[in-house]
Amino acid sequence: MSFKPLSLHVPEPGCRPGDTPDFSGFEIPRAGAVSRPPVDVDPDDIRDMAFSIVRVLNKKGEAVGDWADLLDAEALRAGLRHMLTLRAYDERMLTAQRQGKTSFYAQHLGEEAVSCAVAGALQKGDMNFPTYRQAGLLIAAGYPLETMMNQIYSNSADPLKGRQLPICYSSKEHGFFTVSGNLGTQFLQAVGWAMGSAIAGDTKIAAGWIGDGSTAESDFHAAVVFASTYRAPVMLNLVNNQWAISSFQGIARGGVGTFAARGHGFGIPAIRVDGNDFLATHAVASWAAERARSGHGPTLIEYVTYRAGAHSSSDDPSVYRSPEEAAAWPLGDPIERLKAHLITLDAWSEERHMQAKAEAMDEVRTAQKAAEAIGTLLDGTHPTPRDMFEQVFEEMPPHLIRQRQDAGF
Amino acid sequence: MIEAIRAAHDEAMAADERVVVYGEDVGFFGGVFRCTQGLQAKYGKERCFDAPINESGIVGTAIGMAAYGLKPVIEIQFADYVYPGFDQIASEAARIRYRSNGDFTVPLVIRMPAGGGIFGGQTHSQSPEAIFTHVCGLKTVIPSNPGDAKGLLLAAIEDPDPVIFLEPKRLYNGPFDGHHDRPVVSWKNTDAGDVPDGLSVPLGKAKVTREGGDLTVLAYGTMVHVAHAACAETGIDCEIIDLRTLVPVDLPAITESVRKTGRCVIVHEATRTSGYGAELLSLVQENCFYSLEAPIERVTGWDTPYPHAQEWDYFPGPARLGEAMTRAMEG
Repeated sequence: MSFKPLSLHVPEPGCRPGDTPDFSGFEIPRAGAVSRPPVDVDPDDIRDMAFSIVRVLNKKGEAVGDWADLLDAEALRAGLRHMLTLRAYDERMLTAQRQGKTSFYAQHLGEEAVSCAVAGALQKGDMNFPTYRQAGLLIAAGYPLETMMNQIYSNSADPLKGRQLPICYSSKEHGFFTVSGNLGTQFLQAVGWAMGSAIAGDTKIAAGWIGDGSTAESDFHAAVVFASTYRAPVMLNLVNNQWAISSFQGIARGGVGTFAARGHGFGIPAIRVDGNDFLATHAVASWAAERARSGHGPTLIEYVTYRAGAHSSSDDPSVYRSPEEAAAWPLGDPIERLKAHLITLDAWSEERHMQAKAEAMDEVRTAQKAAEAIGTLLDGTHPTPRDMFEQVFEEMPPHLIRQRQDAGF
Repeated sequence: MIEAIRAAHDEAMAADERVVVYGEDVGFFGGVFRCTQGLQAKYGKERCFDAPINESGIVGTAIGMAAYGLKPVIEIQFADYVYPGFDQIASEAARIRYRSNGDFTVPLVIRMPAGGGIFGGQTHSQSPEAIFTHVCGLKTVIPSNPGDAKGLLLAAIEDPDPVIFLEPKRLYNGPFDGHHDRPVVSWKNTDAGDVPDGLSVPLGKAKVTREGGDLTVLAYGTMVHVAHAACAETGIDCEIIDLRTLVPVDLPAITESVRKTGRCVIVHEATRTSGYGAELLSLVQENCFYSLEAPIERVTGWDTPYPHAQEWDYFPGPARLGEAMTRAMEG
């Protein structure tokens, strides 16, 4: 028997610059179509949820189905304000980066609902292990914008003393683990933190975060093995924003199945949710949190969303994908959708929205002014070179003391 | 030394319920070298348990646990297996305090059997200490006897930062001076086999295991015993320093001795190029140059993977070390 020479299969996205975006193959179930199982459900009984999408908001902006009605109008308005603040913050910080006030920035445009809505599913004392695109967690937890900016500007008020890349915030008090900047590593640490909570007989849970591209990392697979083996009280959040810099999601999964379905091999319940639907996102995260806190173990949640902006301040997406793709994205914009829903409830209006948007921008500008008065990467006051040598260890060892002295600090 | 390591775990677990122990085969079975035997029965499955065969997973989850507030002591079954966990060690454990300005810390001990001498071939014999000493934010410890193993392990568990704890596996059952053709000696039949209770050995402190005036030998782990053999066989009056902790290294102990003897031989089992000996050599040169009467000698494993059949041609035994010591005396 003879065979033809083999060739390597390299997946390609359906749409590169110059192509017409086509999401016709992207199956979107109607809102309310996926039912809400009990939190102690056998993962085997909800395998179909890894291939469907939990959605609450329908085309008219109404909340339908049994994942609806978890949040009252006040909580929804707060969520909307958090998203508006995050969007305004992104806009100002991206501009600041362009002005040279910081070296790096990555915005959340189009996926604001994910971090802002999941924040509401967690309790004080729980711990997020975020990536660099979950600043909504901090905003929703009330972390000061000015402190976030101080970190971005690496100025003298930066709580991290200028040691860490911009946007890699840290605040234990706000349930926000120090962002690594390496990919996938923290997914595993979230599982370990949750194991620690279980060993200590605590009631706190952890929330791991990872992007679609980073699920290819070995640490993703290690995380689901450990989470499954020890039934760790952890919510495993997988943000599928379709793009990993210039690589489409097919590069991370061979173009087949769903990311959520990877949970099945580990006996972990896996749910896909409309990540641009604030209500659905909050509801599914709350379900997973309740499941974890009740001792039923981990849940893998794939938030289906779209990275409408560049990966970071360092790339130009028009080089690798169609500029029309964002507008063609069928799950819409998370802010517009929540706004429309609040209007259907008579709990919001175009006027109030305009006003809230302006207030968010004012709040961001005020914080920015205060942060810039302290310093940016360009000017003002900065952490000292002496700070560079601190906190490598709790107690500075002799060789570092010598090096600091040699350096003249 | 196995009993001493086990006793250190036992004492630490009894004293502090935050201490948890896990790794491959560590729970019910007690580890492939039996260093954790009996701990699961005594302290329960939640404090001593088996881990999936995934070093990245073992280290990564331990980091999370340490950040939560526990004090994990994890075992990597062989140091040769640690590489999948290296990103978690170097990019995460070592830097979390720094990058969060102390908001989060990682009090974590990563134990692993290292070194050759047991016909383990290239996957059960490596001495990767220099890979860890090169990473800022880690402390690296290598004991050479049961008392130090226990005292240093207790100090490592007490330490607020991540500690790499390399256990020379050829020393687990008894001292070994490189004379592989001689009968095996058990720790029980030596003075070092009797480990007192309540022993404390601080990190960062070397120990002069033989005082001498002719030549300083800088050694750690198995090589401390090889150095003693080479000293006896050459008749050179060596001062042998067991470094015990490689980072932070006890520089005053090194400089005091080399300034006294004026000659220095550095020995390690690990490969030569960019090995920890290179760092020691630099430190001696930087701090003792005007006291030196001969070039500093380095005796190491060769820059080859650890071979199986040629184990004793690879292993830097007393003959090779003795030749270097003689050269240093003639120089």
